Amino acid sequence: MTQPGILCLLQDGGRMGQHRIGLTNGGPLDPQAFGYCNRLLQNPEGATALEISFGGLQLEATVDTYICLTGANMNLRINNIEQARWEVLAIKAGDSIAVEFAEQGCRSYLGVAGGFQVEPTFGSTATVMREKVGGLNGDKLQAGDLLPCAQVTECKHLYLPASSQPRYQNLITVRVIPGYQQQHFNRYEQRRFFSHTYTVSDRCDRMGYRLEGPAIDCDIQGILSEGICFGAIQIPADGQPIVLLNDRQTIGGYPKIGSALSLDCGRLAQLRPGGTVHFAPVSPHGAHNALHLAASFSRRQPLMERTA
Amino acid sequence: MMLYLGKETSPEVSARVQAAALAVELALGDDLIDLVPSYASLLIVYNALTADHLSVAHRVHQCLDDLGSGEAAEGNTVVLPVYYHPEAGEDLEALAERAALSVDDVIALHSNAEYRVYAIGFAPGFAYLGQVDERIAAPRLATPRQKVPRGAVAIADRQTAVYPAVSPGGWNLIGRCPLRMFDPQATPTMPVSVGDRVRFEPIDRDRFLSLGGEL
Repeated sequence: MTQPGILCLLQDGGRMGQHRIGLTNGGPLDPQAFGYCNRLLQNPEGATALEISFGGLQLEATVDTYICLTGANMNLRINNIEQARWEVLAIKAGDSIAVEFAEQGCRSYLGVAGGFQVEPTFGSTATVMREKVGGLNGDKLQAGDLLPCAQVTECKHLYLPASSQPRYQNLITVRVIPGYQQQHFNRYEQRRFFSHTYTVSDRCDRMGYRLEGPAIDCDIQGILSEGICFGAIQIPADGQPIVLLNDRQTIGGYPKIGSALSLDCGRLAQLRPGGTVHFAPVSPHGAHNALHLAASFSRRQPLMERTA
Repeated sequence: MMLYLGKETSPEVSARVQAAALAVELALGDDLIDLVPSYASLLIVYNALTADHLSVAHRVHQCLDDLGSGEAAEGNTVVLPVYYHPEAGEDLEALAERAALSVDDVIALHSNAEYRVYAIGFAPGFAYLGQVDERIAAPRLATPRQKVPRGAVAIADRQTAVYPAVSPGGWNLIGRCPLRMFDPQATPTMPVSVGDRVRFEPIDRDRFLSLGGEL
């Protein structure tokens, strides 16, 4: 690592089954882009890759291997020559790799053939800075860090055709399963929530995205602390929604209006401050169907191979 | 999926949460990803690609019916040594003054009770214990501290806890526990889990230091 940019973290599929000792999930904010990165490199699902937020990263290769960059539109340069993203690229020891600042979107994933070789903590390499677990030492990557990866001499040159690549927009719709303390939000408040747009505030991070827009009133100030699921939407006293993401705390006492569909949380995390969100209600049935359709679609999405 | 087993903080409700957690774990098997037991609720995280919400709800209801009103599994009782002293608990004197009690009375009231682990969260290894005697209940500090030391024993409202690591915090500090409440290298990583009972045992400075405590 010669320049870590604004925020670069090692992430695998996330730390599961550890909520009971208070550990959160971590893991990639955009699992779709992360998943493609590993699929293109023919890595096992959830192999450790770099999550690059905003961009500004520089690396120097110490072994011959293959890399792939997916996610937000950050220009990729190898030895100062622009390269394709969503494509497996050969790297020689000594090559310099630069990931520039994002033009669109916010998170990108840089993987290597075989994944980065990092020792898991609590079953996962996912970095959660607040808990000081995962990654190299529980922290974001710094200049001078060595990212262990194997020397690889052969790898298929797979790529995802441009027509199949996700487009990151500044206005997204987030589907919400109403629930939890729903009865404490009267129907005018619920209508207000679903009929206005909200703007991503400056206070958005891996823990949660704070949004700004018409305040939602709840008839209670707090609840007996309870578990918080991925995507839960808290409404604190100021009425401004917070969508809780990968690094959320596992329990909390703010009332929640519902839960964002996990599929849409990845799109939300690709928004930068100033991005716009519209909420749409979805039934548990609808959410279930959407999840299965997306999983099936992504499995069937054909990868192409570039031949010499 | 969220399961509510009561409305208030009580040992009975907590015991039901604990029993439900065990039953749900068995009933859902590989479809279960994670469980978050809390004061009166149980968050069930299941794999939506291998099970649908209707089947999960059905299996959860079924296992709760079987649960009946029988006695829940009793947790372990864990004794945690505490060095209660102003040099280890900066708010001890202020809390005593506020409660119109002597420091010794505060220590006696805190260490003579048995607490229940109601929930674990906020930070890795942070166990919410309840409930402290009403006479020593104290609201959170108006300005949270930037840095609460590891092992700090603290009170907020009728809850008490031991800070597992250095962190910011707004609870009233009354002493310090020399044991590690969260050690990633140890098995188990935590001396307590939800449903366990905790008692605090007052120790003196020398004992605190000999057990590895730091001031």
